[in-house]
Amino acid sequence: MIEKLSLVGFGSAGWGWVFAQAGLMTLLVAFTAFGIGLIVGTLVAWARVSGSKPVQMAASAYVSVFRGVPDILVIYLFFFGGRQAVTFVGTVLGMQGPFEVSAFAAGALAVGLISSASQSEVLRGAYQAVPKGTIEAGVVVGMPPLTLFRRVIAPQALVTAIPGMGNQWQGTVKDSAVVSVTGLVETMRQVAIASGTTREYLLFAGVGAVIYLLITTFSDHIIRITERMVRYGEEVKVA
Amino acid sequence: MDGTFLIDIVTKLLSGLPLTLNLTIIGLIGGGCLALILNAIRTSPFGNSVASAYVFLFRGTPLLIQIFVIYYGLSAVPFIRQSFLWPVLREPYWCGLLALILNDAAYTSEILRGAFRAVPHGSHEAAKVVGMTRWETFRRISFPIALRQALPAYSSEVVALLKGTALVSTITLMDVTGIASAAVRQTWRAIEVFLCAALIYLALSLLVTWLFAYVEKRLSPWQFREAR
Repeated sequence: MIEKLSLVGFGSAGWGWVFAQAGLMTLLVAFTAFGIGLIVGTLVAWARVSGSKPVQMAASAYVSVFRGVPDILVIYLFFFGGRQAVTFVGTVLGMQGPFEVSAFAAGALAVGLISSASQSEVLRGAYQAVPKGTIEAGVVVGMPPLTLFRRVIAPQALVTAIPGMGNQWQGTVKDSAVVSVTGLVETMRQVAIASGTTREYLLFAGVGAVIYLLITTFSDHIIRITERMVRYGEEVKVA
Repeated sequence: MDGTFLIDIVTKLLSGLPLTLNLTIIGLIGGGCLALILNAIRTSPFGNSVASAYVFLFRGTPLLIQIFVIYYGLSAVPFIRQSFLWPVLREPYWCGLLALILNDAAYTSEILRGAFRAVPHGSHEAAKVVGMTRWETFRRISFPIALRQALPAYSSEVVALLKGTALVSTITLMDVTGIASAAVRQTWRAIEVFLCAALIYLALSLLVTWLFAYVEKRLSPWQFREAR
């Protein structure tokens, strides 16, 4: 038993540091993906509420595609498909192979775009929940669009969006595990490597699960605290 | 990009469709039953903490690691290797299905919990007044109202489970995604093959979404009636 525990420790025979690094890699993939998702998601939400009819339809098709296709396929498509595309372009240009695509870049981009589809839905819902009267009032007092967004729409919509965006973050953390199929050494991949080497499958899967639980639980606390902070002074609705 | 290659690939991929659908449908049925049980045990304080811990565990970790634990982890335990469960847990199909059921149950139980809470208190009282038993109240009042309430969120969960089935390809199962990866290893034409597979899943997801939208419209027509 003690022998097994030293396997997950931080000593010379332990996998502790390796897993700490893998956990950080999971966070890095998730942060990058969430950032990409936020930027693209905002643009898509914007297109859906204020674009012309064709723009709206394109944005809505984008959301349907990324919400309807399994994460693993999107990641495969970006990683292996990306390599195929780069190889094709490289060969045409007369360069020497073999060509590779960064597992981190392909994985983070794939998870990010998947996340952008869901984030755009949350942001759109939050925008639509802004009382129309406040926007009209802003227009009446002569606010230019950017000021209107900054002082009227954003402060109200962001508060409504916090729980939904929190869920999206948790989803992104869990989706990042699928990036392990590219060979990127994040938590899930490290679980497979360590358990394959030592034959201690259950032990290392447990370590991996604990890392994910730590990340999701800690995030949950931060989300709750943020929500309480931004709702400070609001009428408390007791359910 | 030739036509015969594409037709060939799509036919190959479609041969994995029965397994994908099988895992989705049985996963939904199993997950739904387990979710109902999880909600039922929440009536006692002990059961409530068990259900909460279950939901915390399965919603806080990725599905991929759950599949890994069940397929690789459990089979490494000598006790399980000797038990009557071994013939079942040896098969990747049952391990994948078990992981999907357990995962789906955690999400579905939360959807149901929210929906049961949204059942108006007055309707319970009304049922009591007309003399319905607890089971009758559940079957004729709470459950139908909760089900209708849960439809939009449940629709997303069905799509999530459908997408989740693709992960069983990591434990050697030949579903649509498994066949696609095998085909890519043979042909090195990742873009065409994975796009075709993606289209199959997309068609299924859209079908599920439309189906739920239709059922929702039928079950609560007053919400969708056009203002005249």
